[in-house]
Amino acid sequence: MGLEDKVKEIIVDKLGVNAEQVTPEASFIEDLGADSLDTVELVMAFEEEFGAEIPDSDAEKLTTVGAVNDYLKEKGFDA
Amino acid sequence: MARLTGKTALVTGAARGIGQAIALTLAKEGADVAVCDVERDWLKETEDGITAQGRNALACAADVTQADQVNAAVKTVVDEFGRIDILVNNAGITRDTFLVRMSDSDWDDVLNVNLRGTFLFTRAVTRPMMRAKSGTIVNIASIIGVIGNAGQANYAASKAGVIALTRSTAKELASRNIRANAVAPGFIQTKMTEALSPEVQQQMMQAIPMARFGTPQDVANVVLFLAGDESAFVTGQVINICGGMVTA
Ligand SMILES: NC(=O)c1ccc[n+]([C@@H]2O[C@H](COP(=O)([O-])OP(=O)(O)OC[C@H]3O[C@@H](n4cnc5c(N)ncnc54)[C@H](O)[C@@H]3O)[C@@H](O)[C@H]2O)c1
Repeated sequence: MGLEDKVKEIIVDKLGVNAEQVTPEASFIEDLGADSLDTVELVMAFEEEFGAEIPDSDAEKLTTVGAVNDYLKEKGFDA
Repeated sequence: MARLTGKTALVTGAARGIGQAIALTLAKEGADVAVCDVERDWLKETEDGITAQGRNALACAADVTQADQVNAAVKTVVDEFGRIDILVNNAGITRDTFLVRMSDSDWDDVLNVNLRGTFLFTRAVTRPMMRAKSGTIVNIASIIGVIGNAGQANYAASKAGVIALTRSTAKELASRNIRANAVAPGFIQTKMTEALSPEVQQQMMQAIPMARFGTPQDVANVVLFLAGDESAFVTGQVINICGGMVTA
């Protein structure tokens, strides 16, 4: 499974949304109904899945699905 | 049916006193109970008491001030019991002395065990409880954290901190169905209060409308209520257990 699919799977699982809703432009809070604690849980799930450590200063910027994909690729976590 | 059937609990500082009474009471009501204290050997009596109720006991050594030991203890409990439904932060110490004579370590030791320890265990259970979308945390504060006391500035500050931590935990995790409450015992007869002079004990007694000291069981009974489903809509609260010493 590619990185983007893995990310999508985690988001679907954590937020209980449909896979079709998880587009690159989708904002976690505005479009996918996440609250601020959900976004923290998502970041923790990405960290666990990809063995990454995502500092709070970076996590703040990960507001959309696309931003997460780009960030993980840039950090070399391509699955 | 017992009130905590099928649930699992973790109680800190459970070798003796109030913590032991809490552990045994939760077991009596059907919970499997993990207990921790500084030394594993000290836990034998509590462990035996839990198994005597026909429940599973799990004893682990953990100094609540050490994050690595706390995280390891929580991991062991989750591995063994599958989950943690109830956390009781009970471990606590006093180093009573007047401010003018209070050393840096008198301050640090008390804040570290009472407040930092409560934070470390709370943080450690948050992840498993969030995943389970359920959990309840009961912190043992003190009436002194509410009203203050001469000779106990360090202790009072630590327990006021525990109350504020409890309220914040409750607000932060309410949406995940995790509750956090505190109890604030008054004068309870344990090793901790045995150390006080007869004069101080006499003085205390005069401030208690019910004219008796509390027992560890008095505290355990309220913790039981807060730990179980009967208090399902109670979170962020502090219940005083003090024979009427403080009424607000
Ligand atoms: N006794 C009272 O009148 C009274 C009143 C209000 C609040 N409390 C609170 O109730 C709690 C229990 O008090 P108690 O009277 O049973 O005291 P206690 O001294 O009899 O028991 C405290 C237990 O905590 C353990 N402990 C101490 N430091 C620890 C550490 N760093 N890591 C792990 N365990 C540690 C001790 O080994 C002991 O088993 C404390 O938080 C205390 O502040 C007691």
